[in-house]
Amino acid sequence: MNTGLPSRNRKLLIRLGLFSALMFGFGYALVPLYKVFCSATGLNEINLTAAPVNTQVDAGRLVDVEFDSNVHDMPWQFRPLQSHMKVHPGEVSQAEFEVVNTRNAPMTGQAIPSYGPLEAAEYFKKISCFCFSKQTMAAGERRRMPVVFVVDPALPRDIGTITLSYTFFEVEGNQRAEAQPVPTGS
Amino acid sequence: METTAMGHAQAHDHGHGPTGLRRWLTTTNHKDIGTMYLWFSFAMFIVGGIMALLIRAELFEPGLQFLEPERYNQIVTLHGLIMVFGAIMPAFVGFANWMIPLQIGASDMAFGRLNNWSFWLLIPASVLLVTSLFVPGGAAGVGWTLYPPLSIQMGMGMDLAIFSVHILGISSILGSINIITTILNLRAPGMTMMKMPMFAWTWLITAFLIIAVMPVFAGAVTMLLTDRHFGTSFFSAAGGGDPVLFQHVFWFFGHPEVYIVILPGFGIISQVIPAFSRKPLFGYASMVYATGSIAVLSFFVWGHHMFTSGMPVTGQLFYMYATMLIAVPTGVKVFNWIATMWRGALTFETPMLFALGFIFLFTMGGFSGLVLAMTAVDVQMHNTYYVVAHFHYTMVAGALFSAFAAVYYWLPKWTGHMYKETLGKVHFWLTMIFFNMTFFVQHFLGLAGMPRRIPDYALQFADFNRISSIGAFGLGLSQLLFLYIVISCIKGGPKAAAKPWDGAEGLEWDVPSPAPYHTWEIQPQVK
Repeated sequence: MNTGLPSRNRKLLIRLGLFSALMFGFGYALVPLYKVFCSATGLNEINLTAAPVNTQVDAGRLVDVEFDSNVHDMPWQFRPLQSHMKVHPGEVSQAEFEVVNTRNAPMTGQAIPSYGPLEAAEYFKKISCFCFSKQTMAAGERRRMPVVFVVDPALPRDIGTITLSYTFFEVEGNQRAEAQPVPTGS
Repeated sequence: METTAMGHAQAHDHGHGPTGLRRWLTTTNHKDIGTMYLWFSFAMFIVGGIMALLIRAELFEPGLQFLEPERYNQIVTLHGLIMVFGAIMPAFVGFANWMIPLQIGASDMAFGRLNNWSFWLLIPASVLLVTSLFVPGGAAGVGWTLYPPLSIQMGMGMDLAIFSVHILGISSILGSINIITTILNLRAPGMTMMKMPMFAWTWLITAFLIIAVMPVFAGAVTMLLTDRHFGTSFFSAAGGGDPVLFQHVFWFFGHPEVYIVILPGFGIISQVIPAFSRKPLFGYASMVYATGSIAVLSFFVWGHHMFTSGMPVTGQLFYMYATMLIAVPTGVKVFNWIATMWRGALTFETPMLFALGFIFLFTMGGFSGLVLAMTAVDVQMHNTYYVVAHFHYTMVAGALFSAFAAVYYWLPKWTGHMYKETLGKVHFWLTMIFFNMTFFVQHFLGLAGMPRRIPDYALQFADFNRISSIGAFGLGLSQLLFLYIVISCIKGGPKAAAKPWDGAEGLEWDVPSPAPYHTWEIQPQVK
């Protein structure tokens, strides 16, 4: 039992000593390991300003928005510049319409929107629209008018197509109070 | 000192080698070195304890009374470093030196000269640490965790602390290599690994933990040192380093370190409980495997110290679950101790009282650890007194109580005399009561939001702090009774039999009391 014990002890001493030295090196190796781990996972990049991502957009589906335009008893030409658009719910989109006043006199009108199907109306949010105010057109004027809108991501899944339809009605303009007795289109 | 004739070569006792101071300076005897380790650790326990009392005196009332805030921080830092590296770890190395050769039937440690060095390295290390209080700028005031950026900016006291840590690290690595070699190569014929006493087993596992992580800590403080003086930028953000990296490296060492502090205590309790229950340890093999599992898991949980340092949710979840997993092997141990006592013929001598106090209070510390392991809760509790209460329940009621149990258990073997049993019991109850008075209320302080490491606090914390401070002074003074008991036991007392505890098991009880200077020169045969 006792023979060769010192050499066995010495062997173990050297091995354990080497292991300690190795662990000292491992402490230093943690520095590059930490850097590699952080850059591989991106964990430490807390100060980078990432490009803002709109988390409200439901990229999982597309809704077809169709545009329609009418005029009610007015000598205006009114048409959408695109017949339809595919948009993600939550995405801010812009459509354009063109209006031409074919009369030789200024005229004021206002567009009234309507939606099909009807239940889509509450999910169709217009941020900016020419229909929010009256439009006064000089004689023969041609004008492009935008509408900026968002389809609410809460839109029921069974609605795949929304039709946005505008109809222009003539209004009297600023002299409406005085012009009240005068019949429309005089 | 009388020698009991043992028939064979153990009989020739002293009468050779140098005497006086030179004997202690040059000794390679495991018992001499064990004794020196134990006295050194008690001295450091007193130094660290005085620092604790300075802290509690300052916190007795709101406002600044005794210590400047800078000085307070230095005292807190040194209290932590001295208690962990100067008191608890050397105490367990002392027990290992004294008892492991006796328990496994070896005549001495494997490397006597190395053993002598391991001990004497502790002296310059502790001198560096304590004298750093008196250098310009004072001692390191960063907390025992030595976090940068503050530790990069500190004065020269920080350098002294770093060198001290280096020396302490070398000492404990050498000591561990010695213990591993002793246990693996010098066991008596017939003593297989699975017949070893639990104290030897837990120390074997602890020693492997020490040689795995102390070098990493030495590396971390060396990086601090070169950041401070030699222009490197490991942790200095100004040069492109990352202060959070230090926390990772530190706690890669730091968490295994807290198990280094407690595992030998588990071993002591696993020997004391069966002795006073007069039953063999319940589930010996599961105790060994549980200790091993705790040691392995300790390498994968360091992130729970850093939940508020900035960590992705995946990381927090990983560390949370891994930490909670440690409750399983720890629970195995606690249930095994209780099962050992079940239907045992229990008697309640002082070692048993400390062992029972250990089980009760350490389990509480374990449970508050589980609370802190929950990320969402920890974000609230981090760096509050709840954490302070938690780790004092594991370090004081855990490690220190097990050390007291060991001293009372083996004191008859060391001195040849029985200690004064009644005084031992008084010491236990004083320690038990004042410990809880000191630290239980700190849970409430932490829950109420009192931060740790501050010399002053808001008025609503005053009452609990006053209770805690009174308890701390009681706890500190009770240890003078312990010193008296030990000294009077060395000087005299009823003669102790070779096996003073009728239920105790193990080879250490086969040698006479006091253990002769040389034991097991002919190894026993274990069946």
